[in-house]
Formats: sequence, structure tokens, C-alpha cells
Amino acid sequence: MKDTARPAEPAIKARSLGLTFQTADGPVHALRDVTLTIGRGDFVSFIGPSGCGKTTFLRSVAALEHPTEGSLTVNGMAPDAARLARAFGYVFQAAGLYPWRTIAGNIRLPLEIMGFPRAEQDERVARVLGLVELGGFGTKFPWQLSGGMQQRASIARALAFDADILLMDEPFGALDEIVRDRLNEELLNLWSRTGKTICFVTHSIPEAVYLSTRIVVMSPRPGRITDVIDSPLPRERPLDIRDTPEFLAISQRVREGLRAGHSYDV
Amino acid sequence: MKAVLPVSVVIAAIVVLWYGAAVWMNAAWVRDQAARAGETPAFAQIVPQTLNQERPVLPTPHQVVSELWKGVAGQAVTSKRSLVYHGWITLSATLLGFVIGTGAGILLAIGIVHNRAMDLSVMPWAIASQTIPILAIAPMIIVVLNSVGVTGIVPKAIISAYLSFFPVVVGMVKGLRAPDAMQLDLLRTYGASQRQTFAKLRMPASVPYLFASLKVGVAAALVGAIVGELPTGAVAGLGARLLSGSYYGQTVQIWAALFAAALLAASLVALIGLAERLTLRRMGMGR
Ligand SMILES: Nc1ncnc2c1ncn2[C@@H]1O[C@H](COP(=O)(O)OP(=O)(O)OP(=O)(O)O)[C@@H](O)[C@H]1O
Ligand SMILES: [Mg+2]
Repeated sequence: MKDTARPAEPAIKARSLGLTFQTADGPVHALRDVTLTIGRGDFVSFIGPSGCGKTTFLRSVAALEHPTEGSLTVNGMAPDAARLARAFGYVFQAAGLYPWRTIAGNIRLPLEIMGFPRAEQDERVARVLGLVELGGFGTKFPWQLSGGMQQRASIARALAFDADILLMDEPFGALDEIVRDRLNEELLNLWSRTGKTICFVTHSIPEAVYLSTRIVVMSPRPGRITDVIDSPLPRERPLDIRDTPEFLAISQRVREGLRAGHSYDV
Repeated sequence: MKAVLPVSVVIAAIVVLWYGAAVWMNAAWVRDQAARAGETPAFAQIVPQTLNQERPVLPTPHQVVSELWKGVAGQAVTSKRSLVYHGWITLSATLLGFVIGTGAGILLAIGIVHNRAMDLSVMPWAIASQTIPILAIAPMIIVVLNSVGVTGIVPKAIISAYLSFFPVVVGMVKGLRAPDAMQLDLLRTYGASQRQTFAKLRMPASVPYLFASLKVGVAAALVGAIVGELPTGAVAGLGARLLSGSYYGQTVQIWAALFAAALLAASLVALIGLAERLTLRRMGMGR
């Protein structure tokens, strides 16, 4: 229903978005003048130094924060309405699975809250477990799984109710490099199979370049966008694409964008 | 199994110290008696006479154990001299008070967590209530309730509830607030209602805290029931045994009642511990 109504709408549209936190030490400009359009099916990475407002932007999209200036629409709706229309799933840095629920029970959680019928819940849980390659693990408890598997389960939980936007805030930040590479590959795979729009926050340049169709480079105080890079890489990306000249060239541009933001800072 | 040796060593040490203290404290009476008869007994003569006195200052372990045994197994359970009879009187008031206190504690905690006004207004009173010495307030509760015709188990249970609700409130408030900001945000992205957040997140997250509070609460409830038996000069219950023991200088009876109360408390705490293990294992949190 949400897809057919406004097929031409971009997934996320921010116009001169600003967000100022009033704190005891005076106002903090977490975001200023952020203008960005994210199309359907895009994989967009947000990269930038700590405190540049990446999390704040994602939380605004999810209606967890409310911008103080500008406009923001999600699937053509205000973020609050988009939440009710189940437009997005949020994946946090920590898996945050409930220790008292099995993996299947955890994935069922949003479905229970949204009131899906029981039979459909079972069917969806089985489907997304397969999607993140956790087929046989539904009856296990979180502590019986490795950190990487737990994070996959949390992605499955965000996928379960068919949101077409996935908001991921450093989802693999706490994992080691090898597991991270695996999950990056799987995430690309999942993205190409499902056609979701993904907003992905990271601190890693290779991760951002490897995954994204667009890379948004940000800088802090006030948090703003310094560069938006459209990736020329093909959608199909084996891990060794990271050694190609194109890949290195984009990495270089991201690095320069980050450096520019920093020099502005001092 | 490895704990058996250290535990037995500690128990043995306590028993030895206890005997030593009993000999030392009860010797005065033996010397008095001897002095009256114009004798000065040697230490070796004193010792045997300190171990089985009828009204010792400090009863020896075997006296207490045999009094306990007589009280538990030596009488019909309906007899006024049976510790099972008195124990049951106290236990029933304890359990009733514990249930009331726990229920009230949980309800208060739910209110405190969900309502800022309650958070600010109830907690200070709850804390203040526990700073009043229970020995001061227990007689008032008993007398006031008696004067309006409420007697028997209920006044004692109310004192039990008064003592046991507090650890439950404190523990449950902490438990219901245990979920961190991220977990609460996650539920917000699902558009969960406050009721759903409570049922799916806050309540299950508080279960380990609840059990910790229940263990403290049940012991406090038992103390409450015993204290509630003292001011009226009650005729039944472990508190009454303590009281009549002290009227008549029956130290052995006092100590037997004390041990009966301690054993009762230990069993109640152990039972809750068992329920805790079973529940947490069922919830997948027992490891
Ligand atoms: N709730 C809040 N109240 C006050 N200030 C806040 C709040 N949340 C974030 N900020 C401030 O807003 C700015 C942007 O924070 P944000 O968390 O979006 O940064 P980030 O880019 O996600 O950083 P990191 O890479 O460390 O996660 C920071 O200066 C931060 O201190
Ligand atoms: Mg962040």
C-alpha cells in the first residue's frame, strides 16, 4: 500500500534540515543546513568524525529526534507518520536482543507489537531467518550465538515487518574485521535481493566505499554535509573489488572530504 | 563438593567457640553455688557443670539442638509446646504479610516508573517509613487494629507487609528501569504503546531484580510477624515463645525459638531461590 501510493517519491528527502540541542552548556548544533535526497533502492553511507551528527540524522528520520529547522519527509510523509506506516527498520550498534527471548522470539517482537496474526508471524520469522542465514538458530537463546550472529538476528528483526528503508547505525562497529567482511558481503547480497533503501553509518572508509551507491561525507560543529559521492562501482561487488583503481580513487576522495572537514574545524 | 571441607571447618570452629563461650559465661553461676557451700571448685570440676544447666546464661549447642528436637518431633503438632505449632502461627502471618507487601510493592513500583508525580512523592515516604523503628510502630498498629476489632493474624501480617514492601519497591523500580535507552528507542520505532513496552520489555527485564527483592522481603516479613507477636504478649507464635522464655528465664527455650526462626527464614529464602532458578531457566536466562 505504501509503495503503490506514491511510487515516484524519494525514500528520504531533507531540505535545509537543522537540529539544535539545548544543553546546560548552551546550544549544540548537531545538524545544520542538511539537504539530501535519497532515492528508492539506494545504499547510502554516512561517514564523518565523531559528533558530526550521523546518528542524529538517522534518529530524525526514525522520528526519535525532532529537527528544529527545515523539512524532512520519509516516503513522502512526516517521519512520525512514516513510523506508523512501518516505513523503516532501525538497527543499532549493539544487537540489543532480549535475553529472555529465543532468536525467533526476538524477531517476532515487532510483529507482536504491530499485531500480525500468529500464523503470519511464524511465516515471516522463518523467511527473514533464512535471509540472514540463521536458518537453524530460531530456537537458540542470544547468549548461545556469536556477536556476528546476534547482529544478523537484529537485522532480521528489522526486516521482519517489511519496512522498505533500513536505518543502520554502525551495525558492525563492535565486530572484528573478518566477521565484518563477511557481514558486509551478506548485507550487499541481501540488499540486491530485497531492493531495500539502506542508510548506513560507519567510521570505516573501505566499508563505506565497498557497500554504497552514494557516500555522504560529514563534518562536525556544526554537523553538516561536506561532500556527496556517487559511486561508479557496479552493483555486483566481490570482496576483491577493494583492490581496483576505481575503489582506491573513491577512497581517496572520501579521505580528502574528511580532511577538509577537519581543517575547517581547527 | 569442594565446599564441603571449608564449610565443615567453619561450622566446627563456630561450635568450638560456642562451647568455650558457654563454659566461660555459665561458670559464674557454678562458682556462686560453690561459694555458698563454702567450696572453691577446680576448673575441671566447673566445666561439666556448665554444660547442662537448666537456666544457663548461654545454652550449649547440644542443649539448643535437643530442645529444638523436643519441640519439633517430641510433641503432637497441635500441642502448645510444639515448635511446629508456634512456627505455623508465625509462618502463616509471615506469608500473608509477604503476599500483601509484595503486591503493594510491585504496584507502587509500577506507578513510580510510569508517573513522575508518584516518583517524586511516593519514594520519600517509602524511605521515611523504613526509618521509623518497627518496635515503636508495631504496638500502635496492633492496639489500633485491636480497638476496631481486627485481631489474630491480620495485624501481624500488616506489620510483615510494612517491612517487606520496601525492598520490593526499591528492587522493582530498579528492575523496571533496567532497560537502556537503546531498547526503549527500538520499541518506539515499532510504535509500541506504553502498555506494550511494559509487558514486553520492562516486566521481563525486572524479573531478576524481583527475586533478589523477594529474598530480602520474605526475611523481613518473618521479622515483622515475630515483632508483631511481642507487644500483645501473644500466646502463640515464635515471638510468644521468645517472650515467655524471657519472662521465665528459660534461655534454652529462647535460643530454640531463635533457631527455629532462623531455620524458617533460611528455608523461605531457599524456596525463593529455587523458584528464581526455575523461572530464570525457563526464561532462558539461567546459565
Ligand atoms: N540528546 C542530546 N542532547 C544534547 N546533545 C546531543 C544529544 N545527542 C547528540 N548530541 C550532540 O550532537 C552532536 C552530534 O551527535 P551524534 O550522536 O549525531 O554524532 P555522530 O556523528 O553519530 O557521532 P559518533 O560517530 O560518535 O556516533 C554531538 O556534538 C553530540 O554531543
Ligand atoms: Mg553515532
